[in-house]
Amino acid sequence: MSGANAIHGVILVGAIVVADHAKTDLELGLALAAVVLATINMVGGFVVTDRMLQMFKGKPKAKKDIGDDK
Amino acid sequence: MSRNLYDLIGLAAGICFILALKGLSSPKSARRGNLIGAVGASVATLIVFFYTNDGKALNNQTLILAAIAFGTLVGVPAAQKVQMTQMPQLVALFNGVGGGAAALVAIVEYLNLGEKASTAVVVATVFTVIVGCVSFSGSIITFLKLQELMTTRPVVFPFGRQIIALTLIGVLASGGWVISSGGTTPLLVNGLLSLLFGVLFVLPVGGADVPIVISLLNAFTGLTVAASGYVLQTTLLIVAGTLVGASGTILTKLMAQAMGRSLFGTLFGAFTAKAQVSASAADARPVKSGSADDVAILLNYAQRVVIVPGFGLAVAQAQHTVRELADLLASKGVEVAYGIHPVAGRMPGHMNVLLAEANVPYEQLVEMEEINPTFPQTDVVLVVGANDVVNPAAKTTPGCPIYGMPILDVALAGNVIFLKRSMRPGFAGIENELLYETKTTLLFGDAKDSLTKVVSALKAL
Repeated sequence: MSGANAIHGVILVGAIVVADHAKTDLELGLALAAVVLATINMVGGFVVTDRMLQMFKGKPKAKKDIGDDK
Repeated sequence: MSRNLYDLIGLAAGICFILALKGLSSPKSARRGNLIGAVGASVATLIVFFYTNDGKALNNQTLILAAIAFGTLVGVPAAQKVQMTQMPQLVALFNGVGGGAAALVAIVEYLNLGEKASTAVVVATVFTVIVGCVSFSGSIITFLKLQELMTTRPVVFPFGRQIIALTLIGVLASGGWVISSGGTTPLLVNGLLSLLFGVLFVLPVGGADVPIVISLLNAFTGLTVAASGYVLQTTLLIVAGTLVGASGTILTKLMAQAMGRSLFGTLFGAFTAKAQVSASAADARPVKSGSADDVAILLNYAQRVVIVPGFGLAVAQAQHTVRELADLLASKGVEVAYGIHPVAGRMPGHMNVLLAEANVPYEQLVEMEEINPTFPQTDVVLVVGANDVVNPAAKTTPGCPIYGMPILDVALAGNVIFLKRSMRPGFAGIENELLYETKTTLLFGDAKDSLTKVVSALKAL
């Protein structure tokens, strides 16, 4: 579900398009707000889903390896 | 870039999303699926910059890039730092801002088109504004509930149903007003009423039903994105939005089925529920509370133990300790399994994520339908911070908020041990009769502390 949540963050595409052809300051302001919100949805959504899924692999070895080298 | 190439890349991104959703359906391929989805979304975003103005820089490009950078700076740290226990509300919040973004996109396009907007576009705009605003404000309320910034109980107010129905009529009427007369005032009224409706519609939902609402609002946002794709004539948005809307609707229906109730009952159940009389009457009854040693002895002589985790496990971050206990029992020859209720915790799969973090083997996590028939052969059930999902009131008390929800039949086992912080009822706020049964032992305290004590008592035996 969380992954599907991130996918609809692709509304970012729409937000960019309307920000491009905004004619008034009001339109631009609203469009930029939409860009910010959509980015949070998309980027945050994919990162958080990846973190959740990482738990299933549950192998902390990736971190450990880096630590061991030092 | 030619329109054909642009469409082709958009189609590829759409296929990425389909593959992503397919990958996410199984734990093995899920991470790759998520990655494919992320690649699709990134490609889709990048090509907009190259296509939209025939390769020239976009108008306001600096501002747009700054807004993207800002959104990333907000979203990524939030996603990275959030504790596993707070995951569900973050997902709700991300979903809400997505719905809000879609509503804003449609509003801007509507303002931009002005008189030129065709009726079909205006209808799609109204749809986007309504559903997007409902998803936005509804998700915010869900977030506040899960974060416990407001009461987690269903909020029921006098004439609730009538007020909600009136608001809905207002939303639809103002939508019709926008379509018939155009202009910005009707759209503003429509948006505000939709925001209000989102709040009213989530307020009465409580308890184990919150995950269903998160899933439903997610589907809503998907539909909003699809509609705004229609407004903007962007195929990719229509494809992605429809995918999320459809998969979200299916998931929501499956979850409602897992809870054994209709979606309508889930959403409006609180208003039909009778006032709960049992809560005050039951307070004075005796319960059997035991020490960590008692619990250790019970577990030590058991042949089969089922651990039922709930939100209390997540709060106490006790997943590692619970695994230590399970390993210790297994080394003593006790058969251990985990009974996972579909809505244990605050989000579907919440418990699986937590236990997987502690490296509990996936095979030990048993779904409700499979574990229920095994309870009569189970000597001890250890309920770690769960309540509503084992509450027999779901079967015995018609009219209570969780009535009809399938539960884990832990009462069929030989002994039941509850690790609880207090006698406080669960998220749904219903008294649990099981706590007063003679086969039940209560061990009060933070789940992690209690488990640690039980582990050391068990080692000393």
